[in-house]
Amino acid sequence: MIDRDEVLHVARLARLQLSEEEVEPMAQELSAVLDHIAKIGELDLEDVPPTSHVVADEMPTRPALRADEPRPSLPREVALAQAPDVDQDGFLVPSPQA
Amino acid sequence: MTGILGLSAARAAAAIEKGELGAEELFAFYRERARADANASGDGLNCFTWVAEGISDTPLESGPGWSDGEGTAGAGPLAGVPLAVKDLFCTKGVPSQSGSRILEGYRPPYTASAVTALTGAGATLVGKTNQDEFAMGSSTENSAYGPTLNPWDRARVPGGSSGGSAAAVAAGLAPWALGTDTGGSIRQPAALCGIVGLKPTYGSVSRFGMIAFASSLDQAGPLTRDVTDAALMLRHMVGRDRCDATSLQSPSEIELPSAERLDGLRLGVPREAEGAGAQIEPGVRESFERALKLAEELGASIEEISLPHAPHALSAYYVLAPSEASSNLARFDGVRYGLRVPGAEDLLDMYTRTRHDGFGKEVKRRIMLGTYALSSGYYDAYYGRAQRVRTKIAEDFKTAFEQVDLILTPTSANVAFGLGEKTANPWSMYLSDYFTVPMSLAGIPAISIPCGLSEGLPVGLQIAGPAFSENRLLDASYALEQALGFEEGAARV
Amino acid sequence: MSEMSARPTTNGAEPRLEPVIGLEIHVQLATQTKMFCSCALSFGEPPNTRTCPICLGLPGSLPVANARAIHFGLMIGMALGSELAPRSIFHRKNYFYPDLPKGYQISQYDEPLCRGGILGEVRIHRVHLEEDAAKLTHVGESGRIHGSDASVVDFNRGGTPLAEIVTEPDIRTAEQASEWLKLLRTTLRSLGVSDVNMEEGSLRCDANISLRPTGTDELGVKTELKNMNSFRFIERGIKAEIERQRQIIEGGGEVVQETLHFDPNSGAISSLRSKEEAHDYRYFPEPDLLPVAIGEQMLTAAAADMSELPADRAERLERELSLTAESAQLLAFRSELGDYFELALAASIGGAGPHPPVQALANWVSGDLVSRLGEGDDPAESKVEPAALAALVGLVAEKKVSVGAGRQVLDRLVAEGGSDPAAIVEAEGLAAIGDGDELAEIVATALEANADAAERVRAGNEKAIGPIIGAVMRETKGRADGAEVTKLVNEQLGI
Ligand SMILES: [Mg+2]
Ligand SMILES: [Zn+2]
Repeated sequence: MIDRDEVLHVARLARLQLSEEEVEPMAQELSAVLDHIAKIGELDLEDVPPTSHVVADEMPTRPALRADEPRPSLPREVALAQAPDVDQDGFLVPSPQA
Repeated sequence: MTGILGLSAARAAAAIEKGELGAEELFAFYRERARADANASGDGLNCFTWVAEGISDTPLESGPGWSDGEGTAGAGPLAGVPLAVKDLFCTKGVPSQSGSRILEGYRPPYTASAVTALTGAGATLVGKTNQDEFAMGSSTENSAYGPTLNPWDRARVPGGSSGGSAAAVAAGLAPWALGTDTGGSIRQPAALCGIVGLKPTYGSVSRFGMIAFASSLDQAGPLTRDVTDAALMLRHMVGRDRCDATSLQSPSEIELPSAERLDGLRLGVPREAEGAGAQIEPGVRESFERALKLAEELGASIEEISLPHAPHALSAYYVLAPSEASSNLARFDGVRYGLRVPGAEDLLDMYTRTRHDGFGKEVKRRIMLGTYALSSGYYDAYYGRAQRVRTKIAEDFKTAFEQVDLILTPTSANVAFGLGEKTANPWSMYLSDYFTVPMSLAGIPAISIPCGLSEGLPVGLQIAGPAFSENRLLDASYALEQALGFEEGAARV
Repeated sequence: MSEMSARPTTNGAEPRLEPVIGLEIHVQLATQTKMFCSCALSFGEPPNTRTCPICLGLPGSLPVANARAIHFGLMIGMALGSELAPRSIFHRKNYFYPDLPKGYQISQYDEPLCRGGILGEVRIHRVHLEEDAAKLTHVGESGRIHGSDASVVDFNRGGTPLAEIVTEPDIRTAEQASEWLKLLRTTLRSLGVSDVNMEEGSLRCDANISLRPTGTDELGVKTELKNMNSFRFIERGIKAEIERQRQIIEGGGEVVQETLHFDPNSGAISSLRSKEEAHDYRYFPEPDLLPVAIGEQMLTAAAADMSELPADRAERLERELSLTAESAQLLAFRSELGDYFELALAASIGGAGPHPPVQALANWVSGDLVSRLGEGDDPAESKVEPAALAALVGLVAEKKVSVGAGRQVLDRLVAEGGSDPAAIVEAEGLAAIGDGDELAEIVATALEANADAAERVRAGNEKAIGPIIGAVMRETKGRADGAEVTKLVNEQLGI
């Protein structure tokens, strides 16, 4: 159901490296799961609206918005504390242009 | 069972309140038990990923400007009762790794709202509990920190993903624990460990600070020894949080349950429980039917109902949850926190190798599945369809609740299974949540209470109700719990 | 065959080509806080000092939408005459980039906040809200990152609320694009929803450009031109891209659909085509945010905050006050000038002094007054009271003061303020020298002193009058009325 090329394409979209030995098993496992999932394709769902947010849709409307009032930000050393690499007060990354 | 170990959380709180027990003493008692298990390495249950040194490790506020939650450790209505918290709840300055290697050693600068709600009410943080990586799993075998074992039989899994929390409570390593449930991650391990697990109505407990698996399904809830404790913990967790736009104000306060009878209550058993998906073990069926009989004796009526789309719930769930997860887990990219694989040639190489090494097998599988389901050309066939199935499932429940007050099913078709038994076949593992996933998709509350033993292992009874029916759910569970008389302390040593 | 679709192809000559241009504008909204968290917006603070768990994309954090950003979005929609969505709903746009902390941008997809509309002659396709990316600075070779160039990420800007405004492809020239963008800027500025400053990045513009045979309505292959961060660069960039495409097509080639970068220094256009595969953003509804119904209350609040739009004001000034179109537009598009002008006009109507002609007053505001203030200064913040300017223009109109003397009075008002220009005229002796003998005498003296010029004027050389009038003006210190002097010169020369 999902072939090797598709697996590699999806892995690329998801920024996941798959080793050569991982590609084939992944294709098989995904195919097996997709086989089960495919059963929803048999249901007649015409005119059925999609549900993105359950429960809340039936609650009386209430604003889930935030007032535009500033609150303190994190100190920089806290923001950077967990970073794998830091330079010039920022998060250091390999350049996307490289 | 006597002494401190024999006290439920509610009774321990009462003892502290009356001055019969000191908060420090209670904390030290559980810290030592948790620590002993954590230090036993191969000989322990591996319930904890971190154990507190002292009460002072309890995070009380969320970080600069992030919550109003504040309090004094050990003071308040929860009076110093130690709390074990699933790893995926962010706890300020305390490792919060969601069972993943990609977050190894990660210490957040803020604390989850559900945790501050409880610590603000006086609970103390005794430890962080093991879980399936990013809550993806039904056995806690998918943890980067090793599997948790079932205290009833160490060759078996505790269920998952909140397996560390469930096993810790069952084994008496913590009086109670906080877990999360996306498709059954509180209820199924509670069932397999012989304790109570409650998944509240979606939105009733804030998700702020819970490391997300699937945002539209994730819900925090209690894992406790008994129904009263579940009510007590829930009472202090619910409420609208301005940090979570999807959180909802419950229409009524959570009360401690007191019902002794079920007179006039209409209970529904879905015909589809017999569906092709899950073969119910005979011992599980026996316990379930005994519970139904008891319910009738307590004055309830049992009716057959229909949830025609429930057999498709698992399929819809395995589109929706992985899709959301694939997006939620995109932030683990080696830039701001967590693992970065060294020596990358360029940015793409850094991303792909970090995520390859940082994520476990099941997580990668679900990221792949979700990315595929959302990708160009497949959205309508997968995500769009699954959302419509979700609509039908929610409608099924609504129709059923016009006929009955609550719905009963086994929580799991089987008792605790052997370690490694289902890891080779993903779908067989996914079937563990066959009975719990429909309620998750509908966003309705559901509880699992122990209803007997099969081959010496606990069986769980699942009771579900309409949105925000927690009080009725807890009352009915309480009455059944008293009548069932499950020996909840058997796994404690 | 209709006239519209007739192609002007004759004896092998190439059909004339017509540019088709649409703009995509990102505007930073002037809220206090970011789109989905409570961090204050950043204006050049040190890097990574305006962040929090939400805008850093820390695990477990959740977005909550800023009510004022939606309010501003509705105001923009109202200003553009858009159809407003019944609810605000956000989607996730998934892609990986170091300036995108969550691995997705929260944006709007198939239900933008505003749909359709028009501004000037350009139709609006849609307006939607989203969050800005962080700032990525290339730092070159870094010893810290093995064998690779490195970049540094500053998340201060990340999460700033943006309105993305997309036009229909209704623009035909580079000049029209920059003119229209100025109209948009003025409109947004008058709404107070954004600083709309291109240099500071609060207004950013990309252009979609294609060419087609003039007179047809097919659409050619388009390119997307990015990085035009000033009005000048927009004109130059679009012109360069039109020329590039024209040469390709006229050379028999085909334009390739791609994203292009305009280098304002060299004027060169280069492809931004990356090693990336085609984007697949995997949009899906943001599960962390509930759709919010745009209720009557929100609409009323947005409508209440709307001021008169520049285009409407220009139209009103032209229609009601009979100002020239040019003058009306100038006052409307620099709203601070329009406001000052209308204050002065109101003061003159209520005031005791002579009424200034409306057009003259407009000219004094947008000409003499503005030129005496700093570039872009608001006259309301100068020392010149609107009533004083109105009174001065009235004096000039009634010829009580010459234009030249009036300007001297204005110099004094700009420097020292004061509410009574007549008093300055009095004190400085700047009153106009009228038709009396005094002026006639001065003219006679000037004619004697410039006998050569006088002779040439008499001979019919009108331009030779300049030095004579100059001499009179010097003598009268500008108090004389130019027309009156000319009249006297001609009289005395017997013309
Ligand atoms: Mg955009
Ligand atoms: Zn922030």
